[in-house]
Amino acid sequence: MLSHLPILQVILPLLAAPSCLILGRPALAWGFSFATSAAAMLISMLLLQQVWLEGPISYFLGGWEAPWGIEYCIDLLNAFLLLIVSSLSTVVLAGTRQSVAAEVEPNKQTLFYVSWLLCLAGLLGILATGDAFNVFVFLEVSSLSTYTLISLGRDRKALWASYQYLIVGTIGATFILIGIGLMYMMTGTLNMQDLAQRLPVVADTRTVFAAYAFVIVGVCLKLALFPLHLWLPNAYAYAPSAVTAFLAATATKVAVYLLIRFSFTVFGADFGAMDIPLHQLFIALGLIAVFSASLVAILQIDIKRAIAYSSVAQIGYMIIGLGLGSAAGLQATLLHLFNHALMKGALFMSLAAVALRMGSTRLDDLAGLSQRMPLTAMAFVLGGLSLIGVPLTVGFISKWYLVIATLEMGMWPVAVLILVGSLLAVMYIWRVVEVMYFRDPPASSQVSEAPVSVLLPLWLLVVANIYFGIDTALPVSVTADAAQALLGWGK
Amino acid sequence: MTDMLLTHYNYWVVMVLMMIGFYIVIAQGNLVKKLVGLNIFQTSVFILYISAGKVSGGSAPILDDAISVYSNPLPHVLILTAIVVGIATTALGLALIIRLREAYGSAEEKDIQEQNQC
Repeated sequence: MLSHLPILQVILPLLAAPSCLILGRPALAWGFSFATSAAAMLISMLLLQQVWLEGPISYFLGGWEAPWGIEYCIDLLNAFLLLIVSSLSTVVLAGTRQSVAAEVEPNKQTLFYVSWLLCLAGLLGILATGDAFNVFVFLEVSSLSTYTLISLGRDRKALWASYQYLIVGTIGATFILIGIGLMYMMTGTLNMQDLAQRLPVVADTRTVFAAYAFVIVGVCLKLALFPLHLWLPNAYAYAPSAVTAFLAATATKVAVYLLIRFSFTVFGADFGAMDIPLHQLFIALGLIAVFSASLVAILQIDIKRAIAYSSVAQIGYMIIGLGLGSAAGLQATLLHLFNHALMKGALFMSLAAVALRMGSTRLDDLAGLSQRMPLTAMAFVLGGLSLIGVPLTVGFISKWYLVIATLEMGMWPVAVLILVGSLLAVMYIWRVVEVMYFRDPPASSQVSEAPVSVLLPLWLLVVANIYFGIDTALPVSVTADAAQALLGWGK
Repeated sequence: MTDMLLTHYNYWVVMVLMMIGFYIVIAQGNLVKKLVGLNIFQTSVFILYISAGKVSGGSAPILDDAISVYSNPLPHVLILTAIVVGIATTALGLALIIRLREAYGSAEEKDIQEQNQC
C-alpha cells in the first residue's frame, strides 16, 4: 500500500470526481470532496516524510519500467508542492460550503465540487509525474476544470473571463505540447530524467532551442508572467470566491513548479544562458510585474480584483528569484511559493467571508467592516501584513531570503526595487484597512460576523502565516535541500 | 532551398496551418471563429507529431515476420490523447459561447466588451 502512494495521490481525486456526481446532493458532495482532499493531504504528508528520510521515490505506472513506461518521480521539490496544493485545497474546501451555497446556482453546486476534484487531480498529477507528455495531459485536466469553475461565478463577466482564459490557456498548453514534441523528435524519449541525460548531446541544435522556447513561453502563459498575465485578474475577480482562494493558492504555484522543473531538471541550469539572456529577462520581467501590477492594484475599486493583481506582482518576486540562477535565489522562489499560498489563501478566504455576508467586495461597501465582522477584518489585515512582508509573518521570510539572494549576487539595485515594491503593497492594503477600520458603517447595515465554519479555516491559514513566520525550520530546510538538489541534478 | 521545401513539405504545412490558426484566434472578433482558429492551431500540432512518427519505408506497426521496418506508433498514440483533449476544449468553448450569447445577446467580442465597459 505504502509503495503505491505516488499514484494514489492522483488517482483518489480523479476517481472521486465522477463518484461525487452520483451523490447528487450538494451537502453530500461537499463532505465527500472534503474527505477526498483530506486523504490526499495525508498521503502527501506521508510522501514528504518518506522522501525526507529515504530520498527520492520512483514509481512505475502499471509496472512498466522507465523510460518505456510512465514514471512518477517524487523528490523533495514536488513532495513539498504536493503538500502545499493538497493542504490548501483541504483548508479552503472546509470553508466553502456556505460560500458556494450563496454564490453558485443550486443545480450546479454538485458539479462545482466535481470540477474542484478534477482540478485537484490535475494539479497533483502535474506535480507527481516524471513524464513530459503526462504533464500536458494533467495540465489540460486541471485547465478544463478551472475554466468550468471560473464560469460558475455569479456575474456574467465570469463567462467572458472563462472564455478568455480558455483561449489563452489552450494556446499555452499547445505551446508546451509543441515543445514536448520537438524534444521527443530529437531524443526519442518523454521521461524527464531520460530527457535530461539525452538533451545535452543535441543541445546545440535549433530544434532543441525551439523546444525550449515553446515550453518556457507556454508555461509562462500559464503562470501569468508579466506580459502574458492579462487573463488572470478577470479570471480571479469574477470566479466564485472559494475558487479564487483555491486557484490563487495553488494553480500558479504549479505553473511555477513546471517552469522550475523544465528549466532546471530537463534542460539543465546552464541551458538558457547560451543564446539569450534569459536570467536577466526573468529579473526584468519580474520587476516590471511587481511594479505594474502593484500600481494597477492600488487603483482598483474592487478588492478582490486588487488582490488578484497583487498575485501577478507576487509571481514577479518568484520569477526574480528564479532569474538569479543561484541556489539562494531558487530557495527564495520555493519559499515564496509556500508563503504566497498561505497569504493569498488567507486573503481570498477573508474576501470570501466578506462576499458571503455583504454580497460584494467593492471598497466602498466595506466601510466600517471591522465593527460588523471584526474577526474577518482582522484576518484580512494579518494576511495583508504578511503580503507586505512585515516581520513575524511568512511574507517577511521570503522577502528576506530574496533580498539576501540578490545581494549575494551583487545586484543591490534589484534588492532596492524589491523593497520599494513592498511599499506599493502597503498602499493597496492600507486603502482597505482605512475603509474597514476608520469609516463608520452605514447605519442601515445589519451584517453579522461570518459563520464559524468559514472563520475556522480562515484563521487556520492566518495562524499558519504567523507560525511559519516564526518557526521557519520546516519550509527553510526543505527548500534549501530542494534547491541544492535541483542545481546539482543537471551536473 | 527547393530541396528543403520538398523533403520537409509536411513541416511547412504545419507552420502555415499553425500561423493561420493563430492569426484567426487573434484577428477574428466572432467567438465561434476564434474557436475554429484554435482548432486549426491545435491540428497543426497533431500533424507535427504524426510526421515525426513516420519512418521511411516503414509499415504499419503490426507484428509480422515479413516486415522488419515499422513506423513509430508512439506519436500516434500521444496525439490520440491530444485530439481527445482538443475535442473537450472545443466542447467547453462552445458551451461557454452559448452561455455568453444568452447573457450578452451576442457572440461578438466587440459587443461583449462594450457591455462590460458600462
